[in-house]
Amino acid sequence: MAILTSKVNPRDEAFLANAEAMREVVADLQTKAEQIKQGGGKSYQERHVSRGKLLARDRIQRLLDPGSPFLEIGQFAAWDVYDDYVPCAGVVAGIGRVSGVECMIVANDATVKGGTYYPLTVKKHLRAQEIAERCHLPCIYLVDSGGANLPRQDEVFPDRDHFGRIFFNQANMSAKGIPQIAVVMGLCTAGGAYVPAMADESIIVKEQGTIFLAGPPLVKAATGEEVSAEELGGADVHTRISGVADHFAINDEHALDLARKAVSRLNRPKKTELDRQATKAPRYPVEDIYGIVGTDLRKPYDVREVIARVVDDSDFDEFKQNYGNTLVTGFARIHGYPVGIVANNGILFSESAQKGAHFIELCAQRKIPLVFLQNITGFMVGKKYEAEGIAKHGAKMVTAVSCAKVPKFTVLIGGSYGAGNYGMCGRAYDPTLMFMWPNARISVMGGEQAAGVMAQVTRDGKTRKGESWSDEDEAAFKKPIVDTYEHQGHPYYASGRLWDDGIIDPAETRTILGLSLAAALNAPIEETRFGVFRM
Amino acid sequence: MLTKVLIANRGEIACRIIASAKEMGIQTVAVYSDADRHAQHVLLADEAIHIGPSPSGESYLRADKIIEAARTTGADAVHPGYGFLSENEGFAQALQQAGLIFVGPPIPAITAMGSKSAAKTIMAKAGVPLVPGYHGDDQSDSLLAAEAEKIGYPVLLKAAYGGGGKGMRIVNQANEFDEALASARREAKAAFSNDKMLVEKYIRQPRHVEIQVFCDSHGNALYLAERDCSVQRRHQKVIEEAPAPGLSDETRKAMGEAAVRAAQAIDYEGAGTVEFLLDADENFYFMEMNTRLQVEHPVTEMITGIDLVNWQLRVAAGEALPLSQEDVEIDGHAFEARIYAEDASDNFMPSTGTLEYVKFPPQDAYIRVDSGVIQGNQVSTFYDPMIAKLIVWGETREEALSRLKIALRDTRISGLTTNIDYLHAIARHPEFAAANVSTHFIEDHGDALTQQWTDEQQSLMLRLVAARVLEQRRNTSDFAEPWETELGWQTNARNQQSLQLSVTEPVSLTFTRTGDNWLEPDSHTSIRIIDERMVDVNGRRMHAELAVTQHGYTLFTQQGRFDCHAFDPLAELAHEEQAGTMTAPMNGTIVAVSVAAGDAVKSGQALIVMEAMKMEYTIRAPLDGVVEQVFFGVGDLVSDGAELVALAIADSDA
Repeated sequence: MAILTSKVNPRDEAFLANAEAMREVVADLQTKAEQIKQGGGKSYQERHVSRGKLLARDRIQRLLDPGSPFLEIGQFAAWDVYDDYVPCAGVVAGIGRVSGVECMIVANDATVKGGTYYPLTVKKHLRAQEIAERCHLPCIYLVDSGGANLPRQDEVFPDRDHFGRIFFNQANMSAKGIPQIAVVMGLCTAGGAYVPAMADESIIVKEQGTIFLAGPPLVKAATGEEVSAEELGGADVHTRISGVADHFAINDEHALDLARKAVSRLNRPKKTELDRQATKAPRYPVEDIYGIVGTDLRKPYDVREVIARVVDDSDFDEFKQNYGNTLVTGFARIHGYPVGIVANNGILFSESAQKGAHFIELCAQRKIPLVFLQNITGFMVGKKYEAEGIAKHGAKMVTAVSCAKVPKFTVLIGGSYGAGNYGMCGRAYDPTLMFMWPNARISVMGGEQAAGVMAQVTRDGKTRKGESWSDEDEAAFKKPIVDTYEHQGHPYYASGRLWDDGIIDPAETRTILGLSLAAALNAPIEETRFGVFRM
Repeated sequence: MLTKVLIANRGEIACRIIASAKEMGIQTVAVYSDADRHAQHVLLADEAIHIGPSPSGESYLRADKIIEAARTTGADAVHPGYGFLSENEGFAQALQQAGLIFVGPPIPAITAMGSKSAAKTIMAKAGVPLVPGYHGDDQSDSLLAAEAEKIGYPVLLKAAYGGGGKGMRIVNQANEFDEALASARREAKAAFSNDKMLVEKYIRQPRHVEIQVFCDSHGNALYLAERDCSVQRRHQKVIEEAPAPGLSDETRKAMGEAAVRAAQAIDYEGAGTVEFLLDADENFYFMEMNTRLQVEHPVTEMITGIDLVNWQLRVAAGEALPLSQEDVEIDGHAFEARIYAEDASDNFMPSTGTLEYVKFPPQDAYIRVDSGVIQGNQVSTFYDPMIAKLIVWGETREEALSRLKIALRDTRISGLTTNIDYLHAIARHPEFAAANVSTHFIEDHGDALTQQWTDEQQSLMLRLVAARVLEQRRNTSDFAEPWETELGWQTNARNQQSLQLSVTEPVSLTFTRTGDNWLEPDSHTSIRIIDERMVDVNGRRMHAELAVTQHGYTLFTQQGRFDCHAFDPLAELAHEEQAGTMTAPMNGTIVAVSVAAGDAVKSGQALIVMEAMKMEYTIRAPLDGVVEQVFFGVGDLVSDGAELVALAIADSDA
């Protein structure tokens, strides 16, 4: 037992100010999330419902076990990205329990641009599949989509990670024994027709679901044949004549019930069993995180105060506590599951990087899932550090992170800058799931630093040419750079582009990690083989 | 002394007899049918013998099998309980021939009281007052009508060999007589294979007061006070009490002595009950004598402290009565409420099914529960749908009544419909509290006795059910996965859970969990679960116990039982699809088929009549249409849910 003792004073003025600031950004997050959940807006929703169809989120609710949590993926996808308002990128995705099994649910929202696939819709769909494949989660596609967004066909159709990849993934997941279930509850045209056709088992709703490679207008244009959508590819045709779908559903509710039954018959293997213990709540209130962290990334705090509010019983067994102490590593439990925690507590030095690499090796060896709490401005710079080989020490940590095959969960709790992002399992390092706090920022370097670097280069150029540069001019030069970095490093910008799997309330970090861990354990934990560590 | 007694009965009375026998050191033998293989009486007895299939005609009414069982087990006596063979002289004779003791009166006494008309002749001779009436053998319609005229309307028509209200009709005026007679005869014929009728003066606002008598083979006889069984529905007793409220000591003594005279007139032995009608002026008239232990005997036991079964077994063994009349004292007041599986709001339709949830109040000196079932047992169509008897005692009637109400609220049964709330409504009715009872009590106050929830009550009940259901969803194990503990959690949303409950229309309820409370923001209702029984609603503690059954949810509150179910749109769909098929509401027998294939029928038209649990049910057309097929004929046995008639629904535009 190594219970962390919190030194935080919740009456402290700085604490209260931090808490207030964090509450504001969390409230903004929740307000925007609430707006996103309204899909295409009231009038489109009313039209949708008047056709006897359930809304995408209501479909998910009905599909899920009563009360099941729903861990949404890419909630902010396409937020403020396109000129069009495309909340959730027109597809709601997330992990929830169906018939006692954690499943990945991908539900088109036909109230958002007819559920058509924008580039980020494709990216989100593929990301959901990637998570499912990684965690061996059965996939349930609730299809109600007009297919590719035609004006943007160049960004959704031709490339490797474009529309076609959806079906490639379906085939390969099915091959791995990860069930693929499609429920056709609306349009499912052209390429989309392959979602049910490629599924292991598919369900189609009477008078709502249609599957065809070409819809009635296209058929008429091509051959002159006049045919109704229902005759062309309705539920009756596909369950009775074509065999493209397997189950005939009377309505949405019936279809979702059939999907639940399908999941109940999957004969799922047992989850990976870790040395699990009884769950214990942390000894300190999770909401304290607001007051500890605040929103000013320059204010330092001891990351152990955060860990104490994330792990079971605030029990954290530190590894190499006295060595390379700008990186905190140690063993703990979250919802009873053993985890290895890697958390920044300052800039990375050679020692901290080596310590991180060592700890990651340990966890991979022991098959203990890793949790990265990322708050890093980068590696230390300067002659002394380059000379001691900080690049190769950093490389060791990056190698360890890259190769570790245990489930990896990354939470951006503060800054995520430069090579620090790499060593701390940024997006490129395939974390199983990755979340961002609303106070966090992500960019190649801080806005100030970037502006400073660029100003320095500019000043050098001017100096060479013998030109002068006033402080005011320099400030004016730097301002847009700082602003751009701030804008592009903001969680809404990042999450809108799916650089992460979602922005989360810091107070819910523990819950989300618990759900993520439990979901990830649907897959076996592979043996890790590390690459060459430069010594 | 008896050494081993076989109980030729089932249910609560078999259990109750076994208890007394055991206390006396007498071994017990139970008999059982297929349906009762796992019944309580079988478990409680020292030995048990299977005597046949479930229908009582093939088991509990089979004298030969029972006697064989007694021989096999070496029993020296047979206690018949009530009902079944308890008043069957043929059975008593067969026992006698087999050398077995019948725990009941001598055969001639059974014979004498078996025919109501013969009984009255005997009673008249013995000086027991009778209701004016015609009990003759001439059964012509015109003579009976003339006798009715002579007696003066209203009159009561009764089957001479009947009981339990079968073949009985009240006739208010002459022009109703013929129809009533025909229908009473039909019923009597079907039930007793004999349609001989009696005509009697019908007494308005009468009370049913009966005297418990006891006689031994040494010529001793006494009466153990009276029971007021006035509260009846369709001539079936519902709540009984002892002593009869407001009865003067003089009348009690006069009735008791008359009852003893009646018993002695037929050389009675053992326990018997002489039933009287008591009018408003305390005139009493002999109705009939039951030559057996009565269902309601416990109220007498509660106020006298005497174990009547114990006495029955002693008298059967030839012992003398342990007390004399002077020793009999009345102490306090007792009520018995009969808990039935039936739907008071649907014409007392018997309900069958599994007793999925059964809780009785704890028994003590004040509360006694006579029951033959435990949770998980079935109430089938084969036998009487009585589940249990709740008996309470108090120093005074008021105290006993108050206790009865509490005990009824603490009796929590679900899985099927019961009359518990109905009993409670009677118990709390001001006229009942004031002891203004007659056998018309239920007819007179019927509407006030079936409960309707107010919108406000229903709204609260639904929320209480919801909170209980949500609480039950939680997996509280320390090793539960977060997917099972973080219920209602969603990314960036207030943690909330919704459910749809329905009584008639679906209601959506959404709760958030804050600390230990379930909060429904819409109605500002905050509910905290205290334990299985209690909840706290906005700071007020109340009873709210939930039973989850295959039919849905039952909530037990101080206001009574509230039923609802989770709204299931698929079930609604299935229900709609089933319109046009008519199915049997329960297991039973087809007694009439009024249509044939090809007949056009109107909505509401009777198609088939079936009998189950001693009652007739009419299956009617739900909509206009044409009969496609009738699947059963008269006499066929049908099981619950069997399709009886296929109907092609007429086109609504036609």
